[in-house]
Amino acid sequence: MTSKETFLAAFDELQRRGLTGPAWLRERRGEAIARFAERGFPTPRDEDWKYTSLAPITATAFDLNPDDDGPEPSEEAIAPFCVDAPTWTRLVFVNGRFSAKLSMLRPLPGSVRIGSLGEALITDADAVRARLQAPGEPLDAFAALNAAFWQDGAFLEVPDGVTVDEPIQLLFVATTPGRARVHHPRNLIVLGRESHATVVESYVALGADTYLTNAVTEVVMGPSGRLDHLEILLESGRAFHVGATRVHQARDSRYASCAVTLGGRLVRNEVHALLAAEGADCRLNGLYVVGGRQHADTHTVIDHASPRATSRQLYKGILDGRARGVFNGRIIVRPGADGTDAHQANKNLMLSDEAEVDSKPQLEIFADDVKCGHGAADGQLPAETIFYVKSRGLDEAAARALLTYGFAHEVLERIHVAPVRTWLEGLLTARLTGGRVTEELA
Amino acid sequence: MLLEIRNLHAAVEGKEILRGIDLAVDAGEVHAVMGPNGSGKSTLAQVIAGHPGYTVTAGEVLYEGRNLLEMPPEVRAREGVFLAFQYPVGLPGVANAQFLKAAVNATRTHRGLEELDAMEFLEWLKQKMALVEMDASFISRPVNEGFSGGEKKRNEILQMALLEPKLAILDETDSGLDIDALRIVAGGINQLRRPDNAILLVTHYQRILSYVTPDRVHVLAGGRIVKSGDRALALELEARGYDWIQEEAEALSR
Repeated sequence: MTSKETFLAAFDELQRRGLTGPAWLRERRGEAIARFAERGFPTPRDEDWKYTSLAPITATAFDLNPDDDGPEPSEEAIAPFCVDAPTWTRLVFVNGRFSAKLSMLRPLPGSVRIGSLGEALITDADAVRARLQAPGEPLDAFAALNAAFWQDGAFLEVPDGVTVDEPIQLLFVATTPGRARVHHPRNLIVLGRESHATVVESYVALGADTYLTNAVTEVVMGPSGRLDHLEILLESGRAFHVGATRVHQARDSRYASCAVTLGGRLVRNEVHALLAAEGADCRLNGLYVVGGRQHADTHTVIDHASPRATSRQLYKGILDGRARGVFNGRIIVRPGADGTDAHQANKNLMLSDEAEVDSKPQLEIFADDVKCGHGAADGQLPAETIFYVKSRGLDEAAARALLTYGFAHEVLERIHVAPVRTWLEGLLTARLTGGRVTEELA
Repeated sequence: MLLEIRNLHAAVEGKEILRGIDLAVDAGEVHAVMGPNGSGKSTLAQVIAGHPGYTVTAGEVLYEGRNLLEMPPEVRAREGVFLAFQYPVGLPGVANAQFLKAAVNATRTHRGLEELDAMEFLEWLKQKMALVEMDASFISRPVNEGFSGGEKKRNEILQMALLEPKLAILDETDSGLDIDALRIVAGGINQLRRPDNAILLVTHYQRILSYVTPDRVHVLAGGRIVKSGDRALALELEARGYDWIQEEAEALSR
């Protein structure tokens, strides 16, 4: 059976057992699997997957309908991945399932809704139905699989005018021993008019197993809403991660994100931001630090569909060993989106001769009076700089680690959530020990 | 003898720049190395510090009686050799405090001392910053990024003060400085002047020598030391330029 057939058979099996969720959702699941059946997995002939081969994923024999969710880890086991901030709300998902036991729900202001999306299907049925992906929306293979299979994820709804001061951590833990599993987390974040929240989305592994995380996060922002969205990938050295964040921005809303990829054998990060109304502001930042045979692919689409919206992107990569990086940044400026101000930059630091990067800006401009810029730069650590650092007593490894850290700093300094920044600085320092980046996380 | 250079020849990309340097510097001394542009002054400084771009083709350099050329650059630094760069290099994203703490602790570990923790280091750094009149904001700024020329040179002197070298080589640290910066830099150098260490001042002009009085002055031309003397030689160079020295040297080599 091909990988595609395996997924289709698994869906049939689920149907026999009885699909979960309300009728409208079961209908969407059916549409989505039909879509997947039609298209299958993308191949390198698909322009969007030209530089990322899915062969490692399609060659893996996944256990798609395991009999149980796997063992629940102890609090001690997940402690290293919990941001060191005892007052934060933290939702923990184990192999894609919400764990009330490991989660930490703190009092939140007003009528903020937070919890499992699976439960919200019952408790907040209307809100979820209205905001979860519209029917008939074109889905690529992974989005379709997520739509067909998702069981759980995080739900956050911040009402109009409410500011949630403390950041919220979403922690997705993969424990999967034994056969390779697939998790399809689905998150829904809804920000009302003039509301503000900070969400830290983190994907981590206990152990070094093979699995696939196929996550979709939907962000719906009301007028003048503000979301600071941090994403941290610490997947295992054998894991695959495909994650899509879809952002819908209303007038004067402000979305700022920073995605840091440290772990995972094959990682694909997608961001689709629709700047649907005037004055929307979208700032995407990212850092990928990969070595060995790791592969990190970032695809962004910023859709300037309305006038006078702003977007900024800064993605930096550190590549060692035979690692491969892909950056594809697409900016669409729709007819009538006058006064658009968009800029994108991708910079890569190559620590080995065998590492490789494919960086491609894609600007599609159909409006006048537009400021649209892009830049890309690849380079190595300059010999003169390494000598300067050595001349102050640091050896080669320490010099390279220090300078590489410096390269990453431009992205990290944009993270204003102090405990997360401290955590990431520590992770990065550990990752760069010896001045090299290896496949496995320390 | 702290530093002994014998018949040193060095080349860059196959081109010989140093053609037989002999120089001995004892602890407690300040030597000025002067000379016209392209005479090999900076090459001499870089070779002593261990720049990988230069190949030593003949001769030897002894530091405290040991073969300096065998040591990698970082070991030379930890052993007390310091080069203040003519063109200090910027380190984007690396804060001064982070860099200097790593440097100080690498040297301390090498010398069998305990590493300084963040608080101890900050105290030590602030003391030395006062010496070169460095503003507090300097601590978190990236190394030599967005620095003025004068700030970069003061930063080199600050690093020297923190690392307490036995042999400090200052490569045109005085060039491009206004009079205030020159005074600060000279003050920093004089602070370091002690009976147990030595300073090699590489300079084009004698201006700095009015602040830091040298024990010996050497003139480099065509990759060789063509004349040595005391402070009076520097003044003579100031008055007469370098041409007569080069002519003398050429006459000698004919």
